[in-house]
Amino acid sequence: MSRAREVVLVLGAAGLVLAIAWFVPWLRFVLTIALAKGLAVLGILLLLRAGQVSFGHALYLAFAAYAAAFGAALVPETLILLPLAALGAALLGLVVGLFVVRYREIFFGMLNLALSMVFYSVLEKFYAITHGTDGIRLPPTTFAGQVLGAEAQGWAMLSLALVLSAFFAWLMRIYLASPLGQALAGIKTREARLEFMGMSARRVLLSAYVLSALMAGTGGAVLGMTTRHVTPALAYWTTSGELVFIAILGGAGSVAGPFLGAIAYELTRVYAAALVADAWQMILGFVLLLVILFAPGGLWAIGRALMGGRRQA
Amino acid sequence: MTSGDPGPILGAAVGKPGPVTRRETLAAAVAGGLLLSGRHVQAQPSRPAEIKVGIATYLSGPASVFGVPGRQAAEMLFDEINEAGGIGGVRVRPIFVDEGPGVDHFVGEYRRLVQSEGVHIVFAAISSGDCLACTPLADEMKRPTLLWDCGTQRIFEENRFEYSFRTQANATPEVLSALLYLLRAKPDFRSIAVVNQDYAWGRDSWEIFRTAMQALKPGVRVSAELFPRFGATDYSTEITRLLALRPDVVLSTSWGGDLDAFIRQSSDRRLFERSTFVLPLAESSLERVGRALPAGHIIGARGDHWFLHPGPKDPALLKRFTDNFRRRFSSYPIYPCHHMAQAVFAMKAGYEKAMAAKGGGWPTDAELAAAFRGLEFPSLTASVRIREDGQGLENQIIGTTHHADQYPFAVMTDMVVFPAELVTTPVGMKSADWLKTLKPEIIQRVPQPVAYQP
Amino acid sequence: MQAWLSENTLLLGLAALDGLSYAATVFMVAVGLNLVFGVLRILNVAHGSLFAIGGYVAASLGLFITSRGLPAWLSLPALLLAAVLTGALLGPVIERLLLRRVEKQEPVLQLLVTFALFMILEDLQKLLWGVQPVVSDAPVRLLGTVDVPFGADVIPFTAYQLFVVPGVALLTLLGLVWFLRRTLAGRMIVAVTEDREAARAMGIDAARVTLLTFSAGAALAALGGALASPTASLVPGVGAQTIVLSFAVVATAGLGRVEGAAVTALLIGLGRAFAVYFEPELEVVIPYIIMVAVLLIRPQGLFGVPETRRI
Repeated sequence: MSRAREVVLVLGAAGLVLAIAWFVPWLRFVLTIALAKGLAVLGILLLLRAGQVSFGHALYLAFAAYAAAFGAALVPETLILLPLAALGAALLGLVVGLFVVRYREIFFGMLNLALSMVFYSVLEKFYAITHGTDGIRLPPTTFAGQVLGAEAQGWAMLSLALVLSAFFAWLMRIYLASPLGQALAGIKTREARLEFMGMSARRVLLSAYVLSALMAGTGGAVLGMTTRHVTPALAYWTTSGELVFIAILGGAGSVAGPFLGAIAYELTRVYAAALVADAWQMILGFVLLLVILFAPGGLWAIGRALMGGRRQA
Repeated sequence: MTSGDPGPILGAAVGKPGPVTRRETLAAAVAGGLLLSGRHVQAQPSRPAEIKVGIATYLSGPASVFGVPGRQAAEMLFDEINEAGGIGGVRVRPIFVDEGPGVDHFVGEYRRLVQSEGVHIVFAAISSGDCLACTPLADEMKRPTLLWDCGTQRIFEENRFEYSFRTQANATPEVLSALLYLLRAKPDFRSIAVVNQDYAWGRDSWEIFRTAMQALKPGVRVSAELFPRFGATDYSTEITRLLALRPDVVLSTSWGGDLDAFIRQSSDRRLFERSTFVLPLAESSLERVGRALPAGHIIGARGDHWFLHPGPKDPALLKRFTDNFRRRFSSYPIYPCHHMAQAVFAMKAGYEKAMAAKGGGWPTDAELAAAFRGLEFPSLTASVRIREDGQGLENQIIGTTHHADQYPFAVMTDMVVFPAELVTTPVGMKSADWLKTLKPEIIQRVPQPVAYQP
Repeated sequence: MQAWLSENTLLLGLAALDGLSYAATVFMVAVGLNLVFGVLRILNVAHGSLFAIGGYVAASLGLFITSRGLPAWLSLPALLLAAVLTGALLGPVIERLLLRRVEKQEPVLQLLVTFALFMILEDLQKLLWGVQPVVSDAPVRLLGTVDVPFGADVIPFTAYQLFVVPGVALLTLLGLVWFLRRTLAGRMIVAVTEDREAARAMGIDAARVTLLTFSAGAALAALGGALASPTASLVPGVGAQTIVLSFAVVATAGLGRVEGAAVTALLIGLGRAFAVYFEPELEVVIPYIIMVAVLLIRPQGLFGVPETRRI
């Protein structure tokens, strides 16, 4: 696909999202949340390239969301707070990463899960500060120095989420195309070969891990600033599971997959919840099952097949 | 004991499809490419074809032990209102949403209820987190919202809202009443242990209890503060610990499956013989745990909720509600059913007050919201008044368990109905500050207990 | 330290008793998952659902027995029957219809199949058993309590908690070890656990071994739930809670090692009991702390062997 066509496609997709949000106002919120989760899923996807599944990336999502919630009192400006919260998550990712990149497969997945569950417990335990499961509300923040009304703030967050999604998708493609990104795929297939070539598999994985924490953190900050209320449930293992779910639903083959998957997931969830308020889980389960059994490449692969098998984006 | 029985019955109720019109709307929205539910300006108040009520409740997860009975009560009461001709001649229709998936999902659902379903009023929610998240949203979207079950006292103590009102009490009176009852029934206790669920309510309720206890009876020894995991199924270690410590009093504000398991396991190991239990939420577990809960322990119902209430304002109303509920759902109505009834009665009274103020005209959202402030409406046992800050003033019933021949489970005796004014934090004060100002004299003002009448 | 110990000897004894009985529960929750993971290399998220369903079936059988006025002792074998029923009915269905179809796929896809199954079963339980807590405590009542001396005092324990649960856990452990070491089917399972390709090359029918293992794992999960059902109240969401715990055990134990699961369960059981006695705030995080600590020292888990590096 040529560069120009890609730009047109991305702009078209963004335009479509904005149009839906305009015509169906309540979906604006849902779409913003979907893009925020898509950002975190992009992080999951990066690690999937190395064959590793993190069952604890909700840690970074929740960390950044809480950082934004606590930081809003000190730095009441969205455009400063958001990168700070995301960088905080990346820093945490560096610390945790130094430990977890020594492990592979189930151990990698479970250690991530354990750390995220410990963070969940910490949010519960330091009840006096975090208010436990009741969660905390984000104080209002300015946007580029402007105090926005609720409506304008909603649009600003959606636009910001779109810009961030496009930026990180682009960044990730560059990363994957770089030698570091190529080496990442090597961890999945034959790790020892990497080491023979003089590359440290751990360092390769660590760089990917920190980047994925940054993306999950960005998603978490957007999520927190959109819902304006954060609870420890963000760090619970089911949230991490949901991110992996979305990654597979969207398809691991392309950087567009996470966003496609996240939007499909959130829409399925809200419509399933509206249609049968007490069996939405079952519907989601069947959707996932069908995708895995009949279209393991995810929605992206289905879309590509429908469009006549174009080359991978 | 019906704990094994309601499965299929509830299952059937759960599986029942929602109203057809909603399905059609949704199907159309899905099929027609989302555009159909387009932007429309909120119509000016002409009498609507129906009053749509968005109701947030738990339909999945552990809290569905409250959410589903709450929904059943709503279905029953909405039917009754419609059979009686609706509110101001307009039929009412509930639209239920599940709180199970968490706050971020619920915030989206709230928007959907308002912007897509076009609900006129929202009942939210069981989870305190959901209530905290949706109250600012209610003001933002200018949709009257009744907080029908959540307990956190923070909502109206920390903020002021124009469109949100609580149609029941909050955690402070619920927990304080249990403490006052204990201080009166067992003034000499010297040690206490707490076993609460490890989440906001468990922590919050202990904080309230301890603060008030330190003001009213300083010097009580806290033998153990145990916070088992939310949803824990095994309390054997905690129980061994309590058996060895022998505290005079064991407090637990747990509920649902957690409380059931704790009561049964304590009963099996005779912990009830060593310590007096204070269980402020046990009313909702009575039928399920049966005789496992022995006589002589202190229980509450998060308000003035009891199907054998010693002095209901309108005995016929309480009896009709209890009988109808039992007939339809094969279990006694528990406190969430009462809370739901209060929200429904408040909605009806609110609409009628707003219409009366307008000479029979249909109220705008703002007019409806304004009508709730200061509104007095009936509950199943007494009446509730919504204060100027939006908080409901509701009495609290606390009693002692008693085994009567007519019931295969414990009922209450020595019931005390605490007047709301006695136990509720005054307007403009925070509970933590107010509780510290309590003086032991307050115990003298507690009304006389009323014994169980067969 | 010395003074503290002599002061708390009795308490430590009690805590150890609680810890042992809790360890038995943890072992029963996790051992099936451990076995399945060893052979199929799938972290079965639906394990928690099988646990819950086993519990629900056992409680339903127990309630049926009491409501029909049948002898109460029948409720004990009913626990076993519930486990066998669940394992024999659901195990092969899940393995044949779902897992078999994705066995060539990437591990993450296999795992997500079980995640999807978990979501479906979660709502299915609600449809079948409703949302009100379900319990059948006939086995506990039947066996009564045992007074354990504690200084001048006595502490009543239920015989069920003190003997039945640890007894079943011990029998399961010994039975599994014997089965895996001494029987042909067991040895085949071990062979597949250790090296699937080599086992296949030696003519072992890996498909049959997989089916057998998965069904056994499902039955063990259901047995865990059935054993918990007389004391625990079963509510929606009980499955989700057990998954994390059993995952932590599997990762700590090392791949597919039954003995590893037993030792890990002991560590967690004792750790949790001591936490409740001396530092209650730590109780909830004990399994994770133990897991992180073990993996720091032994990256392959307690009983795991380092995998040969593929070149």
